[in-house]
Amino acid sequence: MNESSGTPSKELDFQTDWTYSPAPESTDHIEFPEKNDLFINGKFQPPVNGKYFETLDPSNEEKLADVAEAGQEDIANAVAAASKAYDKVWSKIDPAERGKYIYRIARQIQERAREFAVIESMDGGKPIRESRDVDIPLSAAHFFYYAGWADKLDYAFPGRKTKPVGVAGQIIPWNFPLLMAAWKIAPALAAGNTVVLKPAESSPLTAMKLAEIIQEADLPPGVVNIINGGGETGRALVEHPDIDKIAFTGSTEVGKWIMKSVAGTPKKYSLELGGKAANIIFEDAPIDQAVEGIVNGIFFNQGHVCCAGSRLFVQESVAENVISKLKDRMDTLIVGNPLDKNTDIGAINSKTQLERIKMYVDIGQKEGGQIFQPSCSLPEKGYWYAPTLFTDVSQSHRVVQEEIFGPVLAIQTFRTVDEVIAKANNTPYGLSGGVWTDKGSKIFNVSRDIRAGVIWANTFNKFDPSAPFGGYKESGFGREGGLEGLLPYVDLD
Amino acid sequence: MTSRANIQKTYKLFINGKFPRTESGRYIEWKDAKETTLVNICRGSRKDFREAVVAARKAFGDWSGRTAYNRAQILYRVGEMLEGRRDQFMAELRLQGSTKRQADKEINSSIDRMIYYAGWADKYSQLFSRVNPVAMPYYNFSVPEPTGVVAAVVPEDSSLLGLVSVIAPIITSGNTVVALASESFPLCSITFAEVLHTSDVPAGVINILTGQRSELIEHFSSHMDVNAIVFCGSDPEQQELVQTNAALNVKRPVFFRDQDWSDKKAQGPYHILKTTETKTTWHPIGV
Repeated sequence: MNESSGTPSKELDFQTDWTYSPAPESTDHIEFPEKNDLFINGKFQPPVNGKYFETLDPSNEEKLADVAEAGQEDIANAVAAASKAYDKVWSKIDPAERGKYIYRIARQIQERAREFAVIESMDGGKPIRESRDVDIPLSAAHFFYYAGWADKLDYAFPGRKTKPVGVAGQIIPWNFPLLMAAWKIAPALAAGNTVVLKPAESSPLTAMKLAEIIQEADLPPGVVNIINGGGETGRALVEHPDIDKIAFTGSTEVGKWIMKSVAGTPKKYSLELGGKAANIIFEDAPIDQAVEGIVNGIFFNQGHVCCAGSRLFVQESVAENVISKLKDRMDTLIVGNPLDKNTDIGAINSKTQLERIKMYVDIGQKEGGQIFQPSCSLPEKGYWYAPTLFTDVSQSHRVVQEEIFGPVLAIQTFRTVDEVIAKANNTPYGLSGGVWTDKGSKIFNVSRDIRAGVIWANTFNKFDPSAPFGGYKESGFGREGGLEGLLPYVDLD
Repeated sequence: MTSRANIQKTYKLFINGKFPRTESGRYIEWKDAKETTLVNICRGSRKDFREAVVAARKAFGDWSGRTAYNRAQILYRVGEMLEGRRDQFMAELRLQGSTKRQADKEINSSIDRMIYYAGWADKYSQLFSRVNPVAMPYYNFSVPEPTGVVAAVVPEDSSLLGLVSVIAPIITSGNTVVALASESFPLCSITFAEVLHTSDVPAGVINILTGQRSELIEHFSSHMDVNAIVFCGSDPEQQELVQTNAALNVKRPVFFRDQDWSDKKAQGPYHILKTTETKTTWHPIGV
């Protein structure tokens, strides 16, 4: 407020009047090994070639731990352990027993939720509020949901019996490390498959904690194997001849490579790839809620979300109002220490990703886009990027067409329903979409016509183990979650 | 005894509800086993295929937007028209080497299969839709939707039943299709197109090309505005080519390797599901 002139300014100043006291989550009780080995056949084992790589805390660039890098021989060992466990144990035991082991995992995650949340935020840079309230509880819920399917598969697909596929090779991204592991492992185990999981190189720690839990839960050795490494490790896993099924979440580019690589083999596969979701705000939307939805849509998890609402479409009549409110709201966002409970936006996951975001923002400006960033201060060390929005961009701009995977929103306006549907669908992707209006019939109309696998109406970025998630078009195929989430892990007789 | 010269049929392509010749002007000579009958079959080209995809894309919105009841009736109507053309299919199947008994069985199965899928049009989505009990105050439901434009390389060893068995589940959900007919037994495919033409199937929903499989699968699998490819055949090299090309735009590849289409198990709602996508919609519950 501008007190001295006697008239209050219309400018909202959140920087001086809205400071919060630090509220960091304690790390005292957190323990993880300095050296993380490979989890193969129920045991933690060093890699055959003795190679380790470092995993960093992206908020301060400090090394957290060493992590074993799996080479060809380790992968062969893990696949062999999984094959043996499949043949000898997991495909044969009473499905109800199978389910009970999965329930144990769910319970253990719930029990150790706080520990998991803190490690997730340290290793990945996401705000503790998100890892505490979203990632970890949903991971536990996922195991809990699929545990119950194990002995009910005969009811899942009317007229057909299910058979497990065999050994599943699963490759997951760095944006939701434990949650993606849960999405992959839970349905695979419930359906009777065994697993070799490769977490992402930059955020492997919670998966190694999960390995501890799996060991404690007394799962038969080899049923779940967790090996770390980068692209080469992933490639070798995909190409291993004894893998029966590949489940991949990650970039469309790698997804396409997987399709080509398994062409001509009997390997089954499911792909959850990139996105460039349209979030559509109609003039009759509840505007304040919509602004919250926009913020949640693009800034949740620093925008490292394949289903992020990265293309905003606002109806022309309310565009000025929405954009102004959005900028005000962005001014209140707290960017900083991921472990602070007040933090809204944490650290960018890696230096590579930060460079990519900077590159895209640069391209956007060179192509004529107008940029807005709030005047927030960013920490000196670590990888940080301020929440950013682009106006004056159109369908052909690269920041509108390509997935940035960061806190960068591209705003366009529209006049009619037909126009916005055409624009929303003008993308090779089709993972998710958002629609905001108080008119029910408009919701059904628009949500039907958006060619995407998940539609959030008057909300955004909600997930649940019972709700199928996955893409249309180049966002991949196969669903995770719900009854549909079993389908990639079974053959129907 | 007066002799009368027969009017022989010209076999053309079926694109966008019309019967054009191939733009390429090329043809394949087709002879029956005794080499007494000779027919020129269009040797469809890449450009024909692209025209067909444009037609299929254009037809998709209307076809998928129709009520399931309407699609069911149109599929049923195709069955009715097939029944009425029995003699013609019989003659063509005999020319292509079937015994009368085999031909009779193939025609019966084809008609029955069409009627079978007509019945699914307004039921399959009930079977595969759910309301998901999410752990938050949201109303959440999932429904299957058609994937879009499907390219179909139909069985080589069957003239009518293979074509019908592959196409029917694709269009039941609201997809549109471009099909490549059997190269060795092409006659029934174009006669089937005439059936479609008189069955209220909107233009572009089903497009049928004839031509050389080895030439056209490259284009069927690599086109960037095709959402899925159904490939029937056991040649591993062709399968590999199809999937490699499918990766260009993440087409859904669906393979039928050694399917016996006369088997009752060669039909079912899971065939429909192969060219659908599951869409999940969330809405808050509140005031």
